[in-house]
Amino acid sequence: MIALTGVSKRFGATVALEPCDLTVAAGTTRVILGPSGCGKSTLLKIALGLVTPDGGTVELAGERLTPERLLALRRRAGYVVQGGGLFPHLTAAGNAALMARFLRWEPLRLSARLAELFDLARLSPDVLDRYPAQLSGGQAQRVGLVRALLLDPPVLLLDEPLGALDPVTRHELQEDLRAVFRRLGKTVLLVTHDLGEAAFFADRVTLLRAGRVLQEGTIEELVRRPADPFVARFVAAQRPPLPPAEGPA
Amino acid sequence: MTATPAFLAIAALLAATPGRAAEPAAAPEVRVGSKKFTEGVILGELARQVAGAAGARAVHRRELGGTRVLWDALLAGEVDLYAEYTGTLAEELLRMPGASDEALRRALEARGLRMGAPLGFEDTYAIGVAEATADRLGLRRLSDLAAHPALRLGLSHEFMDRRDGWPALRDGYGLAALRPTGLDHDLAYRGLAAGDLDGTDLYSTDAEIASYRLRVLEDDRRVFPDYRAVLVWRADLEARAPEVVRALGRLAGRIGAADMVAMNARARLERVPEAEVAAAFLARTLGVAPAARGEGRPARLLARTREHLVLVAVSLLAAILVAVPLGVLAERRRRLGQVVLAAAGVVQTIPALALLVLLIPLLGIGAGPALAALFLYSLLPIVRSTHAGLASIPAELRESAAALGLPPMERLRRVELPMASRAILSGVKTAAVIDVGTATLGALIGAGGYGQPILTGIRLDDFGLILEGAVPAALLALAVQGLFDLSERVLVPRGLRLAGGGR
Repeated sequence: MIALTGVSKRFGATVALEPCDLTVAAGTTRVILGPSGCGKSTLLKIALGLVTPDGGTVELAGERLTPERLLALRRRAGYVVQGGGLFPHLTAAGNAALMARFLRWEPLRLSARLAELFDLARLSPDVLDRYPAQLSGGQAQRVGLVRALLLDPPVLLLDEPLGALDPVTRHELQEDLRAVFRRLGKTVLLVTHDLGEAAFFADRVTLLRAGRVLQEGTIEELVRRPADPFVARFVAAQRPPLPPAEGPA
Repeated sequence: MTATPAFLAIAALLAATPGRAAEPAAAPEVRVGSKKFTEGVILGELARQVAGAAGARAVHRRELGGTRVLWDALLAGEVDLYAEYTGTLAEELLRMPGASDEALRRALEARGLRMGAPLGFEDTYAIGVAEATADRLGLRRLSDLAAHPALRLGLSHEFMDRRDGWPALRDGYGLAALRPTGLDHDLAYRGLAAGDLDGTDLYSTDAEIASYRLRVLEDDRRVFPDYRAVLVWRADLEARAPEVVRALGRLAGRIGAADMVAMNARARLERVPEAEVAAAFLARTLGVAPAARGEGRPARLLARTREHLVLVAVSLLAAILVAVPLGVLAERRRRLGQVVLAAAGVVQTIPALALLVLLIPLLGIGAGPALAALFLYSLLPIVRSTHAGLASIPAELRESAAALGLPPMERLRRVELPMASRAILSGVKTAAVIDVGTATLGALIGAGGYGQPILTGIRLDDFGLILEGAVPAALLALAVQGLFDLSERVLVPRGLRLAGGGR
């Protein structure tokens, strides 16, 4: 459903991404893990055609991404960024309906779809007419999700969607997001640097460092059989809430 | 641009004046033009008042500019008549040097124009000699000069150099024995007053002739070109307002050189408004009672306001239409953007007066170059603010818009321009306020507006008149600013105002 083959990218002298392959099977969730600046966002943007790779090919929703098909294919993929990426001049409904308005949807169809998705995203209907400045972080993120889902795309791409939220809201949203992915059977590519979040969402995980794929597999494989010392360090870097219990003397 | 609301308001004011005829709607409309110097304005006032007394709704578009502007306006039907000089018609406008009046009339008729009989006075080069000296030496005519080679003449540099000036005078009257001094014209008058000079060159109707007690020597051999004042009007006026043309005919031969000098002196030296000078003359010579007071202050203000608003509004609108796309382009193509911003910046550094003068060869005189200059000045603030507004949109929001699958133009229309609206509006506001101030300079090239009373005030050293332009200009600038502050509530999306910043 998503297939990147041999894509690479450099910005000037900096290598953002070495040639890499990535395939996400239909209906599954792939998490891209890695520290800041490892190239995971670049990978996501390449998948959407927001960044043009120096080499390689992209297949999205079963179709090759070319300049001619760019706009059409983007409409078959939902994109969610940290904070929701809402346009401040439009209400929640206006943000979510932007594309549908451009495509001249019937008002009735549009309002029905908005109601359905607001319900799915567990947003109260009175949020519809609020502006982003009037929304909480969690609400903004949920509206961003509604906007991404409006055209019912088979693919969802999420770039650290929960990065800016407090832990409780984040926890709630993780549950809700996973429920949505599963219920709708979306093919999902999600970027995060949080191992726990990756474990919660992922069918499979790809770990990137400095533009290179270090390991790909299930989260269990990553934890149990790290392919690289950095993978082991990345896994070990998650701090438990309590100090480890001291063993018997 | 003929039946504008301001014009109707003027007409209404004239009609409302007590004693005026009751049916202004049936009265023909007559538009008198005048050149930008005192004599031209007085003649224009005379014509307007005579036409008004003959029952027309007469307006005077005063101080329009130079000869070429009036001529073009007459041909284009923007004015119906104005006062011209036969020499100017023959030499400059029709290019028929030395043509007889009959020949001029025929050439004018071919252009749909008519020339009236000469008004009486001539405004040409002349030599003026202090009255006392003239009496003592018995000087009446230029040919009398040859007998007095010791006479001390101070002549302006231009007159010394021009072929039709001193060389023509010297050769025509055999004055080679005289040794005139070349000097600045103002110095010549001072020299005459101090008794250091006996005579100088002047225009035969200069106001100074009266104030410095000079005698103008008669050009008995007709060496100087023939510059008799005449009225020129459009042929269609005779069908539209025959009684006006007949009434104007009564002015022929009635304005002698002494009359004109006296009127020029009253207007220039005593600062009596031209309308009053003209009214007094008409009452005295033709028994014409003033039909209505000249443009009263309210009507004048209204007309200046209208001109000023048109200058600002048209130039600003054009600038918005050009500068916003330029700003978008500048933001999209970085290299090109730097060129665009630099070019707009360079235009901004050209002093207004220099820019106006640079534009005159391209656009003539009047509202055209003023509009062009204001347009150019408005570009930079709007281009820059559009560019800045777009550039301040966070990258993730641009990407979110692109990721939706909106085509680039739609992203611009639905997302980027609305998000930049506050910045763009503030640039437009800056441009508008600059325009209101700069438009006052438009009067220098005949574009009217609040600069008109300021200029006339400076010309006549009349502080009240200067304020009549400066105060409304300042008020208009404040009003424009207030209007834009209000319009922000309508034009800037509510969500942005909630968000606080311009992003």
